[in-house]
Amino acid sequence: MKLGQDGDYVAAAREGMGNPCLQGSLRSLQARYGKGALDVWKTLPDPNLRSRVKARRMQTLAHLDRVLELLSQGVEARGGQVFFADNAEAANGYILDLARKRGVKRVVKGKSMLSAEIGVDAVLEAEGIEVVETDLGEFIVQIAGSSASHIIAPCIHMDRRQIGRLFADKLGIPYSEDPPTLTQAARKALREKLLTADMGLTGCNIACAETGQISLVSNEGNIRMASTMPKLHVALMGMERVAATLEDQRELLQLLTQGAALQKLSTYVSFVGGPRRKGDPDGPEEFHLVIVDNGRSRILADPEFREVLACIRCGACLNICPVYGRIGGHAYHSPYSGPIGAVVTPLLHGINRHADLCKGETLCGACRDVCPVENDLPRMLVALRCKLAYGDPGWGVRPHNRLEALGFKIWGRIVGHSRLYAAMLTIARALQRPFVGRNGMIGPLPGLKNGWTAGRDLQPMAEQSFRERWRARQNNNPATADNSRETRHGR
Amino acid sequence: MPAATVTLFVQCLVDALYPEVGEAMVQVFDRLGVPLLYPEAQTCCGQPAYNSGHHREAEAAARRFIDLFEDAEAIVCPSGSCVAMVRRHYPELFAHQPIMRERALQVARKTFEFSEYLVDVLGVVDLGAAFSGIATYHDSCHLARTLGIREQPRQLLRHVQGLSLAEMNNSDACCGFGGTFSVNYPEISLALVDDKIDNILNSGADIVVGCDVSCLMNIRGRMSRRGENLRVLHLAQVLAGEERA
Ligand code: SF4
Repeated sequence: MKLGQDGDYVAAAREGMGNPCLQGSLRSLQARYGKGALDVWKTLPDPNLRSRVKARRMQTLAHLDRVLELLSQGVEARGGQVFFADNAEAANGYILDLARKRGVKRVVKGKSMLSAEIGVDAVLEAEGIEVVETDLGEFIVQIAGSSASHIIAPCIHMDRRQIGRLFADKLGIPYSEDPPTLTQAARKALREKLLTADMGLTGCNIACAETGQISLVSNEGNIRMASTMPKLHVALMGMERVAATLEDQRELLQLLTQGAALQKLSTYVSFVGGPRRKGDPDGPEEFHLVIVDNGRSRILADPEFREVLACIRCGACLNICPVYGRIGGHAYHSPYSGPIGAVVTPLLHGINRHADLCKGETLCGACRDVCPVENDLPRMLVALRCKLAYGDPGWGVRPHNRLEALGFKIWGRIVGHSRLYAAMLTIARALQRPFVGRNGMIGPLPGLKNGWTAGRDLQPMAEQSFRERWRARQNNNPATADNSRETRHGR
Repeated sequence: MPAATVTLFVQCLVDALYPEVGEAMVQVFDRLGVPLLYPEAQTCCGQPAYNSGHHREAEAAARRFIDLFEDAEAIVCPSGSCVAMVRRHYPELFAHQPIMRERALQVARKTFEFSEYLVDVLGVVDLGAAFSGIATYHDSCHLARTLGIREQPRQLLRHVQGLSLAEMNNSDACCGFGGTFSVNYPEISLALVDDKIDNILNSGADIVVGCDVSCLMNIRGRMSRRGENLRVLHLAQVLAGEERA
């Protein structure tokens, strides 16, 4: 899937909400991991860890050019090759060219959201190259012809019965819904692919400039195999995913595995800094690091949004967001779902195009609390909405909804003049009367299929506003009238 | 030392829809002998416009608010989200206007949410109130997360005679209101408020108490449509309940 496919947020959200299997999985995921991460942060031995790491992260981003240069020098010194890709086309072109030159027939992948962002699979497949995901979740999603619906747990929208049927169908094994049996079947299928692949294509969790190495975390061991068994290892890395020092990298990796899965450390952590050296027992003959910009420079240059590049893609914000927890990941039409997806997808791929992602959250702030790098995603959602409200040539944004804009202009007039405001209340009160039901609430409004009253009753305006009651109180109580009557007058 | 005069910041929803909440707050302050002021020219703090990205309009509302309230000794509001607007977002709105920003910060420093003012500033937890029933407390998002106020309302409720507290599951999960979100994405919003209501019902409480009428309007509106008859009350209404003998 390519980043930012067009699609209807509301329709896909409805589909997610209507999928009982997804609803069940999301509920247990959020009950365990979202809350769990909050608890982990509360009991950190160093309560300032997150803010300190965030500060370091922002400092690194401020010097990103130098940090990346150091990283690439380190990799090159060990015989690796580094390619800076401005955009998806450049990255795909480089990888395809390499695959052609080396006669690659089969590519095994470690989990990489960036690969989905740039759509490299389709480019390779169009050339007749077989591309196989080796992360179990990604593998399931791939053979199902579906797409990831969680950044860490890609197949959370499928249950074991569905996976059992899928495996029976695609892998030719007898139907089973026993997880170990299914895992064994996948392992067997994947082993064969891993042993015969010509290229391993992985992502990068956090690279380190000081050591000149990238790092890869996994719990399945597949990434280690994908990065060591084929002759050729290509790692894709978003240009922001780099730490300056080893110490920074260590802290980030720990926040990552704790935020993602409440683990002090994942089962496997690989550090890769180049191809196999003389005497190494294993490793690829060639190592290529493709550092991808694809819109990140523009984010980096904007102080309002730079912070989003601090993200380490742990998925904790998905595990706590009430909206994601109901609609699931497909509604975001992007490899990046949940709160982080709602901010980063519009920034990378068009704010107008993804206006629903900017506007479709409640701004409850749970994602900000759980984020290991304290990203203020709600603030950035509001900033995106501001761009949509007025347009922004710098970001190529057109005003999104003229009717809403007009509504707020009128609103601005009304709340700017207290007498007009009071008059409007009086008018609204008169208008609402025929709609107030016997229970004292406004029920479904005729001609309005959507909106508030579709599923909720509306509290009507009170016959006397607080302002009017206050006035009455003052008049009835002359003793207090002098010292507590407000002397300022409305504009 | 005589209590500082409190200037009431009664947000638009309370003014127009739930004036009884404002009155209850007045009663509580009267009981404590706190002198009150109410600037009658106040309208809306600008939060709806701010959250929707219409920051020019929000800024105009913020200027107006600051003009009206900056001479106050203390500003108290029965809403966590409106206080969060003033405290956190006003200074942000004026980030590039140093003089306005300074004025916004001045106002922000003396703006308090109702329960916060009672407990943290006045140091009162027992208002001598009585109210019979089992209450469950809904933590509204901006109150709990932006302002960090979770304990104060509970402390106040615990001291109400005849009232017991039953915690619901996920008390700080969003109720799904989100301002214009609830109108623009009603299906998602309803799914969220249904979760909230299920948690409320499972708590065994017969009263839902909160500190933000926007959440309460959402919860009550959905309950009414679902035919659930729990009472949904603002904290001030509980605290203004019968004084005990
Ligand atoms: S925004 Fe924060 S919580 Fe969300 S994925 Fe990124 S690092 Fe994790």
